[in-house]
Amino acid sequence: MTAVSKNIASTKKGRVNSISFGAELVMHIILGGFALACVIPFIFIIIISFSSADSLAEVGYSFMPIEWSLIAYRAAFDLGADLWRSYFNSFFVTTVGTILSVIICVMYAYGLYRRDYPLGTFFAFIAFFTMIFGGGLAPTVMVIRNLLHMADTYWALIIPMLVNPFNFFLMRTFLRVSIPESLIESARLDGSGEFRTLVSIVVPLAKPGIATIALLTALSYWNDWFNALLFIRDSSLYPLQYLLMQMQTNVDFIRRNAAILGASANIDFSALPSEGLRMALCVLVVLPIAFAYPFFQRFIVAGLAVGAVKE
Amino acid sequence: MTTLKKFKNRHNTTLAITILMLPGAIWLLLLRYVPMAGIVIAFQDYRPHPPNPTLINNILNSRWVGLDNFTFIFASADAWRMIRNTLAYNAVFIVLTMLIAVAFAIMLSELTKKIMAKFYQTLMFFPFVISWVVVSYFVFAFLAPTYGLLSHITNWYMDPTWWPLILVIANLWKNVGYSCIMYLVAITSIDTSQYEAASIDGATKWQQVWNVTIPHIKPMIVILLILSAGRIFNADFGLFYNVTLDSGPLYPVTDVVDTYVFRALQRLNNIGMSTAAGLFQNVVGFICIMAVNGIVKKIEPDHALF
Repeated sequence: MTAVSKNIASTKKGRVNSISFGAELVMHIILGGFALACVIPFIFIIIISFSSADSLAEVGYSFMPIEWSLIAYRAAFDLGADLWRSYFNSFFVTTVGTILSVIICVMYAYGLYRRDYPLGTFFAFIAFFTMIFGGGLAPTVMVIRNLLHMADTYWALIIPMLVNPFNFFLMRTFLRVSIPESLIESARLDGSGEFRTLVSIVVPLAKPGIATIALLTALSYWNDWFNALLFIRDSSLYPLQYLLMQMQTNVDFIRRNAAILGASANIDFSALPSEGLRMALCVLVVLPIAFAYPFFQRFIVAGLAVGAVKE
Repeated sequence: MTTLKKFKNRHNTTLAITILMLPGAIWLLLLRYVPMAGIVIAFQDYRPHPPNPTLINNILNSRWVGLDNFTFIFASADAWRMIRNTLAYNAVFIVLTMLIAVAFAIMLSELTKKIMAKFYQTLMFFPFVISWVVVSYFVFAFLAPTYGLLSHITNWYMDPTWWPLILVIANLWKNVGYSCIMYLVAITSIDTSQYEAASIDGATKWQQVWNVTIPHIKPMIVILLILSAGRIFNADFGLFYNVTLDSGPLYPVTDVVDTYVFRALQRLNNIGMSTAAGLFQNVVGFICIMAVNGIVKKIEPDHALF
């Protein structure tokens, strides 16, 4: 399976059977055009974030600003506490959520993987059923707010995304593909208990699968704003994505912080580029993903290759 | 003696594995099955019960109104609008994403310079890893009033004319790369000797695509289609809420079931109505996925999901 994933986009075909030069050129134009279109908006945002306030006033958001400036970033860093607090919240929620989520997923998937476990079908069904039917948004929100009392706590950002039944089945497929059940059986004959088997045999062998699911989970935690929108009013708990969202829909948020800015920083207040500031913040939010991207893209693609195997 | 030991051993194994299942099972119970019981709210005029407003007390003391919530929703013009928008957008998204992703995947697999294929693939996957909030900034950079690159054309966030097109483009932009890679994985697993054989028999490139590539990726196409058809009544909330900046004048072409459910809950605080709309959505969704799966099972049993 790993061989397949490594060879994505590198099917070797004989020269004899290759396509004409013209056709290949057209394909490069189409694919290259789309590929560029996928990153150009981000580049555009970066350019805007480095444009000076005068330039923005003169030509608006432009690929070719009249004047470059770092003022938006200075303003963003002068948001200080709010910004760093949100970075911390996002990192904290992503880390804790991913670790807990992966542990729960591996344990559950292990039960589904064991064909000799009599309750396996039952647990598979209760997980599967939630994928095709649910109570809907309002009752779920009511349960989290009024029954579990998690509103305005970190739990409201962690618990709702802790389990994804789809990952249970993805993980089970990973285990089936990479660990023969005879191995589990012989471990048992050697006197290894279930927990030990899981920790010292299954987990090491399932590392690539665990990495894929961990990355997908971390990505969805990092990108989550929906749970903050539903459950978080306390601005000290805002994750980055929600801070960004507030910046866009709520200009007051910038104004409110402008007071702090004016007091704490010696930047020219009239030149405070609230337009540029938003864009700088957007760049700062995407940056960690953009850096980690080349690394985790490989893992996710490899994971999709295994997930594509139908049980 | 040995059978007893064996029995005990088995028993221990079952117990140990069940303990491992518990955290996941408890989560499913609390966050999925308890809310399913909360569906009763759809048939109530749900109000907080002042002396002790716990969820259970509220439900026990709220007035039963039968199907009133549903009648109210369906009597409004909003109902038809959101159902039409949800179904139409999803249908367009599903078909276009599939066609473009398959076409791109085939093209990527045919490129002679593999390093370029890898490069394109890496860039195309980027939109998948960013959030809709960030995408809304990307769109805003082009459409913002006065500052936006295209602001001279119209006041985008007030004028619904172009939004169907904008939403389709935004959705394709975000999802094509991901689907494309799924298909590419399927294409890569095709045995290359099949192409060589076809080529020796004189098959043109087009014939090879139609007779070798497409049949091989058909199961993947069917599975992805079932999955998305089953969710045809579920809109991508981030797309319709963030990218449109939740702008009221755009609602005629941007309001979908999910945004409606959200507004009823958060803005109107009409929990009964929100639950009713959500229940309607889930029942229709359930019927859809069962129907699509049933049809596939009849025609091609191997490709059915369950």
